[in-house]
Amino acid sequence: MQHHHQSSQLHQSAEAHEQSHHVIAVKTYLMIYLALMLLLALTVGAYFLDMGSHQINLAVAMTIAVVKAVLIVLFFMHVYYSAPLTWITAVGSLLWVGLLLAFLLADYFSRGWLDILGK
Amino acid sequence: MSASAHARRDDGRPADYLSDTSVASWLLTTDHKRVGILYMLSVTLFFFVGGVIAGLMRLELMTPRGDVMSTPDAYNRMFTMHGVIMIFFFLVPAIPGVLGNFLLPLMIGARDLAFPKINLLSWYVYMIGGVMGVWILVYGGVDTGWTFYTPFSTMYSNTYVVTAAVAVFITGFSSILTGLNFIVTVHTMRAPGMTWFRLPLFVWSHYATALIMVLGTPVLAISVVLIGLERLFQFGIFDPKLGGDPILFQHLFWFYSHPAVYIMVLPGFAVISEIIPCFSRRPIFGYRFIAFASVAIAIFGFLVWGHHMFVSGQSMYAGAVFSILSFLVAIPSAIKVFNWTATLYKGSLRFDTPMLYAMGFMGLFTIGGLTGLMLASLAIDVHVHDTYFVVAHFHYIMVGGTTMAYLGGVHFWWPKITGRTYSELWGKLSALLVFVGFNLTFFPQFLLGYLGMPRRYFEYRPEFQVLNVMSTAGASILAVGFVLPLFYLLLSLRKAPDAGPNPWGATGLEWQVESPPTTHNFHEPVLVTCGPYMYSPEEAEREYASQHVHTA
Ligand SMILES: [Cu+2]
Repeated sequence: MQHHHQSSQLHQSAEAHEQSHHVIAVKTYLMIYLALMLLLALTVGAYFLDMGSHQINLAVAMTIAVVKAVLIVLFFMHVYYSAPLTWITAVGSLLWVGLLLAFLLADYFSRGWLDILGK
Repeated sequence: MSASAHARRDDGRPADYLSDTSVASWLLTTDHKRVGILYMLSVTLFFFVGGVIAGLMRLELMTPRGDVMSTPDAYNRMFTMHGVIMIFFFLVPAIPGVLGNFLLPLMIGARDLAFPKINLLSWYVYMIGGVMGVWILVYGGVDTGWTFYTPFSTMYSNTYVVTAAVAVFITGFSSILTGLNFIVTVHTMRAPGMTWFRLPLFVWSHYATALIMVLGTPVLAISVVLIGLERLFQFGIFDPKLGGDPILFQHLFWFYSHPAVYIMVLPGFAVISEIIPCFSRRPIFGYRFIAFASVAIAIFGFLVWGHHMFVSGQSMYAGAVFSILSFLVAIPSAIKVFNWTATLYKGSLRFDTPMLYAMGFMGLFTIGGLTGLMLASLAIDVHVHDTYFVVAHFHYIMVGGTTMAYLGGVHFWWPKITGRTYSELWGKLSALLVFVGFNLTFFPQFLLGYLGMPRRYFEYRPEFQVLNVMSTAGASILAVGFVLPLFYLLLSLRKAPDAGPNPWGATGLEWQVESPPTTHNFHEPVLVTCGPYMYSPEEAEREYASQHVHTA
């Protein structure tokens, strides 16, 4: 009874409510852990690979890092099994970091466009 | 009810939240109302510490030559400590920590915040940062300005920069905890029937504030940590010699610190949105517009930070975009001011102390906001950047806005918080002194800045003296206006509670319980059946008729 009341206050669907109490199998954790280790090996391997330019190396390393972070957020932090509100919070926070980076890069890339020192 | 009966007074009524007076009961409390009181005591203390420093600076600036402080460096430490204390230890926690903590659960019909222990933790975290701040002040201070700009802060300043960075870092977490608590509380603790559009606008504004606290403050924490790392271990992040970029620091810092302006002023809007309808006896005009304007400000506030960097080497194109976006954020602010004004229209106005503060807020915030638009224009900013024009502008927002709103809110809810009424005469006098003193202090600074007097110097050219003397004279009036409430509010505590549950005839759940409220806020489950601000025109007419009954 108490339990049901709580869920209605959280504005979660019954399904989402079930999901928030989802017990993740140990097997899933192990699989994700293995995937992370594999990606770690990939990061180290990519460091020694000559891809022509530093930029490409950087892009590859960052891509692998993002995949790793997504796996951790979705499974270790249980977002994958969580209510829509949790998804919104997680995605919103990510967008906010994106906002910071986007405006930051916009400044850096457009700095040399005018023929004025420092502009 | 009888089974859950708690401590009761001799006359059988449930004890109010203030009745347990032991020190432990205060330091270990998880009651949102008591945490609010703890915050009130501490922000008041920090406000007066910051105020004394401001007074010393105004004394120094009475004459063109440096004569009050021993060295220019002492002056640098003064304005830095004034800024750090006022912003991080007064303005940011003042309204959310005191009034937000006290009122949010009462307003939504809840027993407490969602995480009462985290609420107490936020106060302790804040106090650790605050004590460190005072420690720094006693042992010589910091001279970087509250903005900690690199490379000065990381390479050259030989003051307690790292200690200050740690203090700011710690205090930031107090802010994050408060924000988190408010967000979860508004989502999960509303009483049955308290739908989103029945929430008082106070709650909407605090919800928006909480969003900024949670989204912005971590970036402040990151920027001060990076300062520490570069200062201690020579990480090359901001120092060009080590391959860093000083402007990167300004980006990171202002990504938090511009939205922080809204952390400070949105709670001010929260207070004003409650006072104006009550003393106009009219429902608030454009409820949904004001509610959504708060959220819009919280979001758009994050898109304008580059307006602090127009002349610091940021790309001109980024500057132009930030300038346009800064104009846009004026729209939701203006929506609020126009809606408050429309609420006054044909209202039956009463000019009690809280209303005087609210009216002062509306005028001063408008001046502060409009001069903000001037500063957001690229061309004007080149002229007035780093002058007293900027100082005047943000004091109109921070003192004319936030501090006036805080005082208005304290006077409005004082009968609720303490159960006592205060002297209206003294209240009105102090509100008037604050308004007059404030304008005399800061309006001359607009003129000084426009004439070209730079900020953050302890000497200036002799032709600026007349305006500076006016400003210092105003500061002394302002000081009297700020000290007076301390006396008459504290004196009101000496008498027995006399306020009654609802001295202003206000709507809102907090006015339906005793003053001061009992520990558990409500005696029975709350069921909300109507929206806020049900001040009807009929009621206004009734009041008007009863006032003039002798002519009938
Ligand atoms: Cu700004």
